[in-house]
Amino acid sequence: MSLRTNLTHIESLEDHKSVVENNENVMVCCGRMGPMCIPVYDVMEELESEYTNIKFADMPFDSSDAKVIRDLEECRNFAGLPFTVYYKNGKVVKATSSIQSRDQITSILDEQFGK
Amino acid sequence: MDNHFDSIIIGAGAAGLTAGIYLSRAKVSTLILNEGTVGGQLVLTHEVANYPGVEHISGYELARTMKQQAMSFGCKIRSNLKVTSLQLEGEIKSVEINNKETFTAHSVIIATGGKSRMIGAPGEVEFKGKGISYCATCDGDFFQDKEIIVVGGGNAALEEAVSLTKYASKVTIVHQFDHFQAFEHYIDEAKKNEKINFIMETKITQFMGDEKLRSVKLEHIPSGDLTEMKIDGVFIFIGYVPNTESLEGIIALNPNKEIIVNSNMETNIPGVFAAGDSIVKRFRQVTTAVADGTIAALVSADYINNIKKNSEVLA
Repeated sequence: MSLRTNLTHIESLEDHKSVVENNENVMVCCGRMGPMCIPVYDVMEELESEYTNIKFADMPFDSSDAKVIRDLEECRNFAGLPFTVYYKNGKVVKATSSIQSRDQITSILDEQFGK
Repeated sequence: MDNHFDSIIIGAGAAGLTAGIYLSRAKVSTLILNEGTVGGQLVLTHEVANYPGVEHISGYELARTMKQQAMSFGCKIRSNLKVTSLQLEGEIKSVEINNKETFTAHSVIIATGGKSRMIGAPGEVEFKGKGISYCATCDGDFFQDKEIIVVGGGNAALEEAVSLTKYASKVTIVHQFDHFQAFEHYIDEAKKNEKINFIMETKITQFMGDEKLRSVKLEHIPSGDLTEMKIDGVFIFIGYVPNTESLEGIIALNPNKEIIVNSNMETNIPGVFAAGDSIVKRFRQVTTAVADGTIAALVSADYINNIKKNSEVLA
């Protein structure tokens, strides 16, 4: 089941592979429709038109295939939803845990992917 | 987007959205400017079970419906922006956002709401999401069979402490006073739960760890004694602070930085109203925010009509 957002939905390992391999810059927010996750999806939806060089996607945290995010070394110590992972050329370049503000997110996007 | 409106609402929580619904429906051109996610604190509420007429609904769904309702009447909403300047005196008020766009209006309703209070101890920001949480329903399951602390003594702290015992092997409630502020039934539920114990008159002065939280430093307030406690997680529920930092020196605030209003939601500045969690009041509920927003909108609409009528007479 996909999340109720207007982002690109990743629902399987195949979807994840395709999104990460076919886009140079990718931001994936892996969460639920909960209070800490919704504000992050909301910011991502707004940034889509501003950062056209980045693919913004979500993935349901409780799906079994979300292990591709949950089991990342970069997320090993995370204990707060959502897990947000940034990929460049297929490699993880940054990951954050819990709610993030628009300023925190744009700061990472500018640093990792350039504006 | 034309930059002049009859009314600008700052904040899109329950109070701001309600004001937007009422004003737009009354054909008052209205713009809502919102610094965070539309819905405010409401979005952070997992389930609302006491909103009259709606038995159970998530805060997100309720906020989304309010937003759609406001937009259906023509209300414009801009969110995730920064209000960088406010000019509230005189008949035409102006609000600048992101240091680049300025909007004007005859009236402004401030509904900036509140945010979770942080402890402010070293390590709190660093370990957010790595042991520190402000949402039990979101993050409780990361602490299966772990030992955790819940900080606070109000209804939210005691209720969430009990709910976290579904996951944690042990929950220690740390509270700065020698008594709780929570309702009696929340205290009774916590006291009879075998997994919960209490450390009173104590505060956390430091969060410590490496890649994740490992321990906290506790200070017994009366004696000043410091101890270190190994812990897997800390959930913080110590209330809210109003989002009024940018209003200091501009509008009348009380010592708690809450906006002072009368029963018509009028501030000390003509044409400027305030509603919701950022005003001086005792009960901060969705229903009271909705009521404040309604009053602010109706009185504001009267104010705008009078200004327009006076302008026509003078013309």
